[in-house]
Amino acid sequence: MATKTVELAVGGGREMGHGGVGAPSPLAPFDIPEPDIGTERMLINIGPQHPATHGVLRLVCELDGETVTQVVPHIGYLHSSFEKLGEYRTWNQIVPLTDRMDYLAPLIYNCAYVMSVEKLMGIEVTERCKVVRVILMELDRIFGHLLWLGTTAIDVGAFTPFLYSFQQREKIYGLHESLTGARITTSATRVGGMMADLPDGWLDQLLDFLDNFPKTLDEVHRLLTGNQIHIGRTQGIGVISADEAINYGFTGPNLRAAGVPYDLRKDRPYYDYESYDFEVPVGEHGDCYDRYLCRMDEMRQSVRILHQAMARLPGGPINVEDPNISLPSKTDAMSDMESMIHHFKLITEGIPAPEGDCYMGIEASKGELGMYIVAEEGGTKPVRWRVRPPSFVNLSVIPKLAEGHLVSDLIMINASLDIVLGEIDR
Amino acid sequence: MADDNSSPLDAVEDGPVTSGAAEGADTTSTGSADDHPTVAALLEKYPAEVQRFRLEAGDQYVVWMNPTRSHEILAWLKDDPDQLYDMMSDVTAVDYGKGRPVEVVYQMYSTPHGRALRIRCPLPLDALEIDSVYDLWKAVNWLEREVYDLFGITFRGHPDLRRILMPDDYAEGHPLRKDFPLRGRFSRAEQTQRALNQDVERFYLAEDLGRGAAPQEVAAATAGPALPSGDPAAGGAATEGEQA
Repeated sequence: MATKTVELAVGGGREMGHGGVGAPSPLAPFDIPEPDIGTERMLINIGPQHPATHGVLRLVCELDGETVTQVVPHIGYLHSSFEKLGEYRTWNQIVPLTDRMDYLAPLIYNCAYVMSVEKLMGIEVTERCKVVRVILMELDRIFGHLLWLGTTAIDVGAFTPFLYSFQQREKIYGLHESLTGARITTSATRVGGMMADLPDGWLDQLLDFLDNFPKTLDEVHRLLTGNQIHIGRTQGIGVISADEAINYGFTGPNLRAAGVPYDLRKDRPYYDYESYDFEVPVGEHGDCYDRYLCRMDEMRQSVRILHQAMARLPGGPINVEDPNISLPSKTDAMSDMESMIHHFKLITEGIPAPEGDCYMGIEASKGELGMYIVAEEGGTKPVRWRVRPPSFVNLSVIPKLAEGHLVSDLIMINASLDIVLGEIDR
Repeated sequence: MADDNSSPLDAVEDGPVTSGAAEGADTTSTGSADDHPTVAALLEKYPAEVQRFRLEAGDQYVVWMNPTRSHEILAWLKDDPDQLYDMMSDVTAVDYGKGRPVEVVYQMYSTPHGRALRIRCPLPLDALEIDSVYDLWKAVNWLEREVYDLFGITFRGHPDLRRILMPDDYAEGHPLRKDFPLRGRFSRAEQTQRALNQDVERFYLAEDLGRGAAPQEVAAATAGPALPSGDPAAGGAATEGEQA
């Protein structure tokens, strides 16, 4: 009987530890046959209210001992049907819906949405507006990655990086606030431009942030990159190959960590990204550690882009000078008859769109963020507004990544994907 | 509706708008097929399946296709060495209302050739079915589930086609269809009553937890003998890390 052999072997204390003396290491390869004790598999429910799921995500795991044999994610707890709501709103009224999706990098969503509408309508925004949007998007890439960095470090037991990164996030909150008046729900963009131009002193505030931020990044780098605990928890965990990563729909840092140098800023450039000097960090193993390295390096590249964008920021108007698209100034609307009429028409009717559809994919902090818009001839509201959420597709891979790993690794894998449930559930 | 709080949004509760003749969409092609190699190749290889193509938003080519052979054509687009659309970015659907067909939209990108293409397959309202492409791109797993959930389009051959964003027992239909009122089909009173009468513990029953997992192996695995406990190298590395 198999059990007898096992009893004798276990008596040596190699597995149980306390029975035997001088067992070399509990990690030594187990050279006796696997005990036939007929363990029953167990179903464990994680979430939806659990800090380690990074939102209202529910994971139902089937466990064999500590090993995950199967994961079934359940989502939809935050579903608000933003896409349906958008069908009842004019183009500019949709902007506030967009930042509520990825509230960890709201400005990227604001920009992506209006970029798609502008492309559909054939509006060319001003040079200043382009550079300002590049600044805002890169700033929020750092913003999103910092949250990922802090919370993921906490998941593997490191508390300090969380404090460091949230200290820096607070500075970006300040930048959001002085630009838009809000810390999270920014709603900063409008079709054809921005809600407002950069306020006085904003660039100095940004420069101040950029001076200090790389130092913090270096400190976190010293804390985590060579840290044995961190390496042990992340290397070789949740591995995916390059071909599989593409086939499973990975985008963003998750895809690049697997060795695919696909970055929409380089491959399908928008807003003159091809003229900025930056590199796309690419991993090679496709595990949690490479995802960490990619995001860390991406923040450094974003700092580079921010410096270049600030240097080239041109003057001039921030909104397109077309009275059928941009609102007139308040003074004009109150004193000039024609401006008042344009103001009235824009507010009550909105901007008419041509018939057609437009898909605009941009590189958000989490991957390819696609905004797909379908309009009718002269429509001031979308027939269909579809958001291609990067973390929705990234999360759908978790059953494959987590299979065969420990429960604690499942938490790490989930964290390393950098999900935000507001965007997954929409 | 037994709802006394009237609001301007009540207009959107005016029920189904599917009646009436299908308003014909513009069927002309725009742009030049020569500008996009894939469009030209599709016209040459599957002339009967391509309904029309259009140039949208300046530089985006859209091809309307018959849904009957969609799987075959999409497989060709993925595997043909001149096309190699290895990245399926998005699957979604568009409902125009007014009895027009619901269109399934595929956003594809070819990383080797650096080309993007959009395929749209119109499905008549009485036959909302199309072949799943899960066997070609694993990325569409949740995307097709979402389209099924919100539009009611059945993807033939999808291994795990069930609701994803709405609850499993959602009884009001498919929210993104144009005939679905913004506030839902049930009155507020009915919705509240259903929420209150819900058996919450139902979601935590053992037999319910693993439901719909793809592929369905829960029952077989539970009965099986001891199985290898995953990847020993990975498990070992994690333990080592914790003890370091």
